[in-house]
Amino acid sequence: MFRPGSPFRKGYTDSPRNRSYVIMNNVLYHLHPVKVKRHGVRLSYTLCLGGLSFFLFILLTITGIFLMFYYTPAVPDAYIDTAALSTNVAFGLLVRNLHRWGAHLMVITVFLHMTRVFYHGAYKPPREFNWVVGVVLLLLTLLLSFTGYLLPWDQLALWAVTVGSNMAGYTPVFGDQVSFVLLGGIQVGASTLLRFYVLHVLALPFLIVIFMAVHFWRVRKDGGVSGPL
Amino acid sequence: MAEIPEHLLRRSAQAKAKALGVPVEQVLAEMSGGTATAVPEAQATAAAPSPTPSAAPARTAPAIPEGVRTQRLLTVVKAKAIQQVKRDPTDKVSVWPHLLAMEFVALLVVTALLVIFSVFQDAPLLELANPNAQPNPSKAPWYFLGLQELLSYFDPQVAGVLIPGLGLAALAAIPFVDRNRSTRPSDRKFAIMMFTFFVISAAILTMIGSFYRGTGFNFTFPWRDGIFFDL
Ligand code: HEM
Repeated sequence: MFRPGSPFRKGYTDSPRNRSYVIMNNVLYHLHPVKVKRHGVRLSYTLCLGGLSFFLFILLTITGIFLMFYYTPAVPDAYIDTAALSTNVAFGLLVRNLHRWGAHLMVITVFLHMTRVFYHGAYKPPREFNWVVGVVLLLLTLLLSFTGYLLPWDQLALWAVTVGSNMAGYTPVFGDQVSFVLLGGIQVGASTLLRFYVLHVLALPFLIVIFMAVHFWRVRKDGGVSGPL
Repeated sequence: MAEIPEHLLRRSAQAKAKALGVPVEQVLAEMSGGTATAVPEAQATAAAPSPTPSAAPARTAPAIPEGVRTQRLLTVVKAKAIQQVKRDPTDKVSVWPHLLAMEFVALLVVTALLVIFSVFQDAPLLELANPNAQPNPSKAPWYFLGLQELLSYFDPQVAGVLIPGLGLAALAAIPFVDRNRSTRPSDRKFAIMMFTFFVISAAILTMIGSFYRGTGFNFTFPWRDGIFFDL
């Protein structure tokens, strides 16, 4: 794992050269540069918030795939399947809990990440564009969480999403059309569930991964994490 | 200006003396005499062939003969200044192990906390959704409760569409509105104040919507009527 070439080919001797190879020859670590400015690794600077947002996204992807194995996006199967997670599936409830709490936590870390970037003035040139990418990421994170909220198809899900998507119906002029496209009907129902499911497991993750790629690429292109205050 | 090395001064004086046909000593005296400004002037008025002796020393210079190029020492560039184009070394550390190890620890800590929390706290699952039985109150997910709270003050078009829309646009516009390049907190008091104000307002609205709104989304005190809030 720590050798150039292939995992465990030889022993790993701790030299600056090998340390560089660890990063350069590993596709997973390739998001990182070989070296970073010393202040960039200080925990007190980034508080790891961007990294944690990303990590939570990975965790949500993994637990989400697990949940997809046991879930049918139909009425009332969705509810039955979700309830069955706690009885019929080994660790089903734990994984569901992880997915739910992880999702709430991700909204929080993304938001905190944004405030940390603001207070460091890290949106200033040359990072203006990356801030805008970040705002898109924030919106996508909220939408992911919101579409996922409906999927258990219990009273909480139905009515929270009804209240939330009513707001979209207040759009001037096109209100009814927006609401109809979003819900696939005039009220939250089976077609809404299918729509939100597809958005939640396919469309939005696809979009957010693209924007994350741009985001991380920009962080490096803009010269790494911004300087100390 | 930097101190001009002795040998360069000398060489320049010699060249000038040769061109003007005056003794080297005179030129040297002019140079060290602080009459540097007089030199270009002398060239400008060089057409006059008979300078008066009482004029400044530089004015005594005769006209430059045709085809002779004079040289002047403009500045001395230190060899290092143009040859070393490499960037100053900044203080850098290897990503492995310094950054990766830390990221890994952060990852472990968060995973551990999340697993522990998930073991003890189950995600809510109420009864099967029933479109004919709206619970009272019905609340949006928590991150929209600030907006739902605004709905009780403003017209739905304002609270539901205008404010979130403009808010998002304003957020994206921050770097283009705030043109102040400094990142020092003391230089950006106004920006910090505004942002803090909006963040705290959003937090307060969300708190009220979450914990201080009960049946009919009417104002309550959580310690009196209980909490109407599900995650
Ligand atoms: C899914 C959400 C997001 C993820 C996974 C993410 C990830 C990251 C990571 C890993 C970094 C490197 C530095 C750090 O960890 O702080 C970073 C930097 C940055 N992020 Fe995000 N981010 C997200 C959302 C946002 C949002 C909502 C904003 C702002 C509106 C934003 C703006 C920025 C900016 C401007 C930087 C450069 C900061 C600097 O150089 O100090 N990001 N992001």
